[in-house]
Amino acid sequence: MSAPTSQVSREQGLRWLKDMIRVRRMEEKCAELYGQEKIRGFLHLYIGEEAVAAGSMPELSAEDAVVATYREHGHALLRGISMNAIMAEMYGKREGCSGGRGGSMHLFDAKTRFYGGNAIVSGGLPLAVGLALADKMQNRQRISVCFFGEGAVAEGEFHESLNLAALWQLPVLFICENNLYAMGTALARSESVTDIHRKAESYGIYSSAADGMDVVSVNTAVRAAVTRIREDKKPAFLEMRTYRFRAHSMFDPELYRDREEVDQWKQLCPIATLTAQMKAQQLIDDRDIDGIEKDTAAEIHSAVEFAEGGHWEPVEDLTRDVYTESR
Amino acid sequence: MTTTYREAMRAALRQALQEDERVFLMGEDVGRYGGCYAISQGLQQEFGETRIRDTPLSESAFVGAGIGAALGGMRPIVEVMTVNFSLLCLDQIVNTAATLRHMSGGQFSVPLVIRMTTGAGRQLAAQHSHSLECWYAHVPGLRVIAPATLEDMRGMLRLALEDPDPVIIFEHNALYNREGELTEVAVADIRRAAIRRPGKDITLICYGGNLHKTLEAATASAESGIDAEVLDLRSLRPLDDETILASVRKTRRAIIVDEGWHSGSLAAEIGMRIAEQAFYDLDAPLARVCTAEVPIPYPRHLEQAALPQVESIVGKVREVMGQNV
Ligand SMILES: Cc1ncc(C[n+]2csc(CCOP(=O)(O)OP(=O)(O)O)c2C)c(N)n1
Repeated sequence: MSAPTSQVSREQGLRWLKDMIRVRRMEEKCAELYGQEKIRGFLHLYIGEEAVAAGSMPELSAEDAVVATYREHGHALLRGISMNAIMAEMYGKREGCSGGRGGSMHLFDAKTRFYGGNAIVSGGLPLAVGLALADKMQNRQRISVCFFGEGAVAEGEFHESLNLAALWQLPVLFICENNLYAMGTALARSESVTDIHRKAESYGIYSSAADGMDVVSVNTAVRAAVTRIREDKKPAFLEMRTYRFRAHSMFDPELYRDREEVDQWKQLCPIATLTAQMKAQQLIDDRDIDGIEKDTAAEIHSAVEFAEGGHWEPVEDLTRDVYTESR
Repeated sequence: MTTTYREAMRAALRQALQEDERVFLMGEDVGRYGGCYAISQGLQQEFGETRIRDTPLSESAFVGAGIGAALGGMRPIVEVMTVNFSLLCLDQIVNTAATLRHMSGGQFSVPLVIRMTTGAGRQLAAQHSHSLECWYAHVPGLRVIAPATLEDMRGMLRLALEDPDPVIIFEHNALYNREGELTEVAVADIRRAAIRRPGKDITLICYGGNLHKTLEAATASAESGIDAEVLDLRSLRPLDDETILASVRKTRRAIIVDEGWHSGSLAAEIGMRIAEQAFYDLDAPLARVCTAEVPIPYPRHLEQAALPQVESIVGKVREVMGQNV
């Protein structure tokens, strides 16, 4: 499935590496902060799956919309929400991208058209369809991209959304991040047909699968799909085959999979793979990686400082933002 | 015996599975994962994959299948991870489970038990913190119960399985880790409310996860000379009017503590029933302590401020008793 990496330029490759490393290190920090009880509630790490967001986001324009799930820290960051605003949100501070009200599962940002952060499995799909409907009805040329896990495929909303998008020919890109497990339920234990992209075909939607552990493969697939959507004004569907290296959330004792399986997938780490490929082609050397790591560490350091220095909203404001305040 | 609410429910499930071949448990991650709140941990090894049945993320389909299996002679226990996700199967519960007996002129019954976790308090934010018991308690054809003590957590499931009609059990997430002495299981009851603390000055009506807060508030109020009675509803539909009214007629004052939102809450319903039937027995206006009218916010201080708390209950008690606050 993997596209040849030979065409990767130094510049493009470095951007992907930087993006993936920023997500990885930010989330490692989040896990640490969770241990210190700075971040609370549910925290779902994307570690292992970074190539999907990193390969997808560069193909979107600023006008496009992004809808994601509770495992959305990487999508939010690479869509362009600042690490400061994300970190402050994780803390629940007023300076967070959702004003502190949402937390890790509910990152939102109007500026970058980032529509969450939905913690109800499959809840984001109808939303993306509606955003695309609005674009179509107003003759706008933008598209809506919806990320979701393969667990969502079993929900009625998945099927209802695909049908509607196909029926009304709406510019939606559905990206299924198939990491093989929905919490503890393996795909083969929950789906009669495990080739997920074929389900989209049954709705007459252009659909393909890509190696979600390889940023080049992801990017090639997303570019093709986005081009198609912009030309045909119809939905498209991509299945990204990937894996989460960490537990489902911070509460998961991982009784449902073997250490060996996890270790095997870790061999396919998208950051290590791209680094090795680019080094072999002598496009980069250790100094490039060191530079990225150093910049990222500095960015994380200041994001944590920013979050620490943020403010708790006063309790008097408890019922704010339930309705529009000025009408 | 010292045990936790989690273990009490697990023991209840084990007993039900042992006693009746028709009983099976199904839901998301109840098997290999061990249940998202670890309630069913170990049960799949013990009872096998057909009786501890993992389902895909298809709330509407597996709750609907539970209704069908109940019609077909089984005794399914369907676990919907949390009340939040039950909104995806609301249709099956309200339009099918609750109506079949009536629509069929009494020909069909649905002996189905649905368990779900409810409540806020763990900083899980707006989509994972609902208390929607009152939505279900609104619907004729359903029985809705909420264990608040270890004995009820251990004993209510069996009573629910004996019921020929659909029963929904709401288990508050704050209870699972709680430890205590489990006395006689036989005292469990799904029909009658229980007086958990007798008192003469005021009745505090509560259920499920808020019983312990309410008992604490009663203890705190005793320090200022107020003798509060604490009534645990146990059944949210039907409501045990008799026990409620008897208590209120004795104490002549009532506060309802309910984690649902203020407007349209179960507290509102109970207050109205008291007003309808015991208005002239009251010495003070009825009152309630509910959740503030806001989706539950993520930060701890705001979440705690939104929910009923020991302090807010105590404050309300003083207010109703006419003490200066
Ligand atoms: C409707 C609904 N049911 C159940 C849950 C509980 N839950 C949260 S995440 C999850 C697994 C989802 O898996 P998948 O869609 O594959 O995404 P992943 O977590 O692997 O990224 C479950 C069952 C939920 N959030 N929403």
